[in-house]
Amino acid sequence: MNKIKCAIIGSGNIGTDLMYKLQRSPLLEPVWMVGIDPASDGLAKARQHGLKTTDQGVDGLVPHVRTDNVQIAFDATSAYVHKDNSDKLNALGVLMIDLTPAAIGPYCVPPVNLKAHTGKREMNVNMVTCGGQATIPMVYAVSRVQKVAYGEIVATVASKSVGPGTRKNIDEFTRTTAGAVEKVGGAAKGKAIIVINPAEPPLMMRDTIHCLTEAPPRQDEITRSVHEMIAEVQKYVPGYRLVNGPVFDGNRVTTFVEVAGLGDYLPKYAGNLDIMTAAATRTAEMFAEEIRAGRFKLEAAA
Amino acid sequence: MNLKGIQIKVHDMSLRDGMHPKRHQITIEQMKSIARGLDASGVPLIEVTHGDGLGGASVNYGFPAASDEEYLRAVIPLLQHAKVSALLLPGIGTVDHLKMAADCGVTTIRVATHCTEADVSEQHISLGRKMGLDTVGFLMMAHMIEPEQILAQAQLMESYGANCIYVTDSAGYMLPDDVSARVRLLRERLKPETELGFHGHHNLSMGIANSLAAVEAGARRIDCACGGMGAGAGNTPMEVFVAVCNRMGIETGVDVFKISDVAEDLVTPIMDFPVRIDRNSLTLGYAGVYSSFLLFAKRAEQKYGVSAREILLELGRQKMVGGQEDMIEDTALTMARERGLLKAGTA
Repeated sequence: MNKIKCAIIGSGNIGTDLMYKLQRSPLLEPVWMVGIDPASDGLAKARQHGLKTTDQGVDGLVPHVRTDNVQIAFDATSAYVHKDNSDKLNALGVLMIDLTPAAIGPYCVPPVNLKAHTGKREMNVNMVTCGGQATIPMVYAVSRVQKVAYGEIVATVASKSVGPGTRKNIDEFTRTTAGAVEKVGGAAKGKAIIVINPAEPPLMMRDTIHCLTEAPPRQDEITRSVHEMIAEVQKYVPGYRLVNGPVFDGNRVTTFVEVAGLGDYLPKYAGNLDIMTAAATRTAEMFAEEIRAGRFKLEAAA
Repeated sequence: MNLKGIQIKVHDMSLRDGMHPKRHQITIEQMKSIARGLDASGVPLIEVTHGDGLGGASVNYGFPAASDEEYLRAVIPLLQHAKVSALLLPGIGTVDHLKMAADCGVTTIRVATHCTEADVSEQHISLGRKMGLDTVGFLMMAHMIEPEQILAQAQLMESYGANCIYVTDSAGYMLPDDVSARVRLLRERLKPETELGFHGHHNLSMGIANSLAAVEAGARRIDCACGGMGAGAGNTPMEVFVAVCNRMGIETGVDVFKISDVAEDLVTPIMDFPVRIDRNSLTLGYAGVYSSFLLFAKRAEQKYGVSAREILLELGRQKMVGGQEDMIEDTALTMARERGLLKAGTA
């Protein structure tokens, strides 16, 4: 059966890493990469891998959407331009998977709520942020056991893995992640912190997840839930690892994780890229199954 | 060193950096009384926020006794002459916090990044400037990179609109020559109208000497903390620095006796322990570790049985930067496990 054809908007670190993952997918086929800089390394890599490219932004892709039967697009640009990209492609009936923190569509963190997105016919789904993908499963691992009054995540990433889009709008990262800690993670109140570390050699992505439970934590159940969730994430990000914890201190439950990437485009330390692109790929594969089974018919927006 | 006649602005840190040794528990009443004392002593600029800046209230850094907004709204209306600044670390605080602080009457916003990561400050610096605030770029852990690299980062902040750039010795690691080299290069290469500042920690007892080196190299704003109340072994003690400036003919506008009374009568009495150089704060300065890590390392020592000094040294080896307080418990856990100190079933 034919694979669902995809376009990648954004030729930076995320977009390029995503291309490698999509090319391995049994359900998806990347056919276009869209950039704005003709000299971009990502566009050159895309051409080497047989993708069509444009350096004219989304407008360079729009005339080819129908002829090349692009059905799913991934936006790996920035929160500032996402809405514009999404509107133009939705109008042509292209489903948008948003890897920016713009979050105009519902959040998706696959091991927590991927199934909840089936059958909803959403045309725009947001992948939260790298920090959100790495931490929200752990917040949920606690909140599915008992009520979490407050969830706080600290994501530390290697300087080399943080692209210009994130740097220009770091507030979107904290805002979007905190929102998803609440909405998807299940914490009554959420907070997110990001730290960028320039050490050489670059450090692996590290994430710390603090939850304050309403009642004293049920330690055995939470510990079991955390280990089960780690295994769930490892299914699509093999380098996701519990380093320490869960630590229990009064009503505080803290887990410390590390995310090593697959090293597709950037080296393994950039687990933050990997978890984002792997989650987006998994999400798109779910939609691809729906489309191929005829349960989800993409229609141009009115 | 002839610095006679140079006018500088001293900027008090006791109500912001001083929040660290207080675990962010300074009460509103204490803030008000100290701020009034600083104002009456002639201190022109006072920083007030959570120790980790606007939005620092968290499990990770500690929940404060009152919110940033409560502190700012309590302190600002009391002041006759002094202005109030707020610190903001992108990644922790956001432009929403900045707008709130400006609404409270803050006139100076200081946007702090690790010394190599200035480009995360564009959003906040450009907004601060657009709002007409005195906008400062604050390059932390400045000992970790060479002067030329600091310059490149300072130029980014200047290009976003910062009208003042700080060389920040967050670890209290620098020696006077390190300060001179950095400040001098910035003075030579930044726009002449861009002001320069220096923020020291007293972990190697270099606060005064480093601040003087900074003034000699062109800095005109110097961070000090009344009573020395700041992270690690504290910041450059304000009353001592003012006394030295008087002797040298550097003009601060601060009354040395009044400020020493504030230190003695208002600041020292609220300290939970003497903020001074001990084996742990010395380790910060010696190994180049972020000063705010001190209390976290001491707590981890209590809980996991690994000495704070060893934890701090390990954090230094791993080149941890400001904000990574979460890694202190993580590192202590890993060290304790390696030493067989963890009870079965823990972690």
